[in-house]
Amino acid sequence: MSKLVEKNNKAESSRGVFGEIGVWLLSPSWIVIGVFLLLPVIMMLVYSFLTKEFRGGVIWEPTLAAYDQFIFDRGLFGDEPPVIEWTYITIFARSIWQAALATVFCLLIGFPTAYYIATRPTRSRGVWLFLITIPYWVNLLIRTVSMKFLIRDTGPFNQFLLSTGLIDTPIHMVNTNFAVQLGLFYSYLPFMVLPIYAAVERYNFTLSEAAWDLYADRWTTLRKILMPVVKPGIIAGCILVFVPSLGAFLAPDLLGGAKTFMIGSLIEEQFKGNAGNWPFGAAASMILLTLVLIVLMIYARQQTRTYGGAH
Amino acid sequence: MSNSLAKKVTDVRRYPGFFSLTILCMVLLYTPLIIVTIYSFNDSRSITAWGGFSLRWYNDIFFGLEAAKFKTAAWNSISIAIMAGTSATIIATSAAIGMIRGNPFSGKSLSFGLINLPLMVPEIVTAVATLIFFSAIGFTRGYLSILIAHVVFCIPFAYLPIAARLEGIERRYEEAAIDLYASRWQAFTKVLMPLMAPGILSGFLLAFIISLDDFIITNFVKGAGVETLPTAIFGSVRQGIKPNIMALSTLMLMVSIFFVSLSYYINRMGERTK
Repeated sequence: MSKLVEKNNKAESSRGVFGEIGVWLLSPSWIVIGVFLLLPVIMMLVYSFLTKEFRGGVIWEPTLAAYDQFIFDRGLFGDEPPVIEWTYITIFARSIWQAALATVFCLLIGFPTAYYIATRPTRSRGVWLFLITIPYWVNLLIRTVSMKFLIRDTGPFNQFLLSTGLIDTPIHMVNTNFAVQLGLFYSYLPFMVLPIYAAVERYNFTLSEAAWDLYADRWTTLRKILMPVVKPGIIAGCILVFVPSLGAFLAPDLLGGAKTFMIGSLIEEQFKGNAGNWPFGAAASMILLTLVLIVLMIYARQQTRTYGGAH
Repeated sequence: MSNSLAKKVTDVRRYPGFFSLTILCMVLLYTPLIIVTIYSFNDSRSITAWGGFSLRWYNDIFFGLEAAKFKTAAWNSISIAIMAGTSATIIATSAAIGMIRGNPFSGKSLSFGLINLPLMVPEIVTAVATLIFFSAIGFTRGYLSILIAHVVFCIPFAYLPIAARLEGIERRYEEAAIDLYASRWQAFTKVLMPLMAPGILSGFLLAFIISLDDFIITNFVKGAGVETLPTAIFGSVRQGIKPNIMALSTLMLMVSIFFVSLSYYINRMGERTK
């Protein structure tokens, strides 16, 4: 017994085999991510305050033009009195709205699915979970193209409905807000299921049984007992759907049209060909990044409140 | 008595309608993929009408007009995924040991944030920032710029399974090795690495798939001329969905499913050896 204590003390005092070189082991990741991601983001911030060059690229002359263009319209030559320019604000508002809707729909389908899977016997649980994970790892481009193929005017979905006689003319879906919404929902649905599943799996069902014994009905038990306990999982799922939906490019680009323009397409357009405006694209990216960081900070605060500062 | 109690216990867990919603969820997730797989075997030039079973579009992607383009794109995709996956796995393994076994120091939690930064920044923002960076330093965009960008966003994906595995391994194994006069490097290669192997392998596979799948970042940093499979497919799809694209998509789908299953299986085996 005393030998064991001695051994433990020794391990404690030497602080392990890799203790001293920990900083060195971490340094490659710092360098790679620092140089090729953190530094680029800082440079993007700088670029958003530079003057645009017409062939794409920038002139090194500081200006607020990019942010100004985002909010105000000063006429073709920039000498008219400024009026609020709604185009870009509308695009951002639409993106937030679409991402929020996608989150709600994913939650409505994702929560029952996650709950159902988590309450299966261990053996079949693995199979269900595997089925949810596969689409998560399948190329998003291929999934979006598949969705477009399915819902085209002459696609299999409309053909099926026409052949059953339920409709006479194909339902027009591609290039509508509905198609973009469907695309976002479909893209990020697994992101909602997995964290909620993880939370429900850890849930202690004796709590529900206690509520049941005290004459709470099924839905009261769900709302008042289960939901508060698995709330961190639900919030994590919502963030994992909302954040990528906000900056999504493929779903709005392939399934939508000009009327369904979202932030992702707006940014992409600024860097394509000669018509682009790099400082404006950088400014739009900065605004998007700020929105995302605000959401993540609210999440982090929520987490500390739920688990306490120690976690 | 005990029987009725057991029944009550299962009852309280069951919610009417949840099973139907789960089935709906599966149908929504899989219908588009299954439909495209079926139509990739369609023996018809029109993508709408069914003209019987055929492998002509698979023949087309290997020997048809666009075969050379797809072959180059596939080679670029695979070679980049292997190199980016390997580099990211090495960096992530080193970082995981530093994070989990290293002495505490100020800035350690900051370091965790940095490793996960690629997951927090939206893809399109990473794409813009990387493009601006390469353009500002005068780096020619092409194969190498794609590779560098891929290494960066692969690191957190490789890190997660590796760190999870290492957290489950007790310190006494490497300490025993040191007590028996192994060098630090030997303690790693001969003792810790074999124990971490399932995590490392599954981290590599995830990084590999993530690299293979990426479209947005690649599209920004690829420059003119260099294409990967997703950017080649995107270019084609812009003009309309052609049957050969469905065949190519089906093949990529199979590759993804194969690698995910492999990663899943390795993890399972790893659980058993713990």
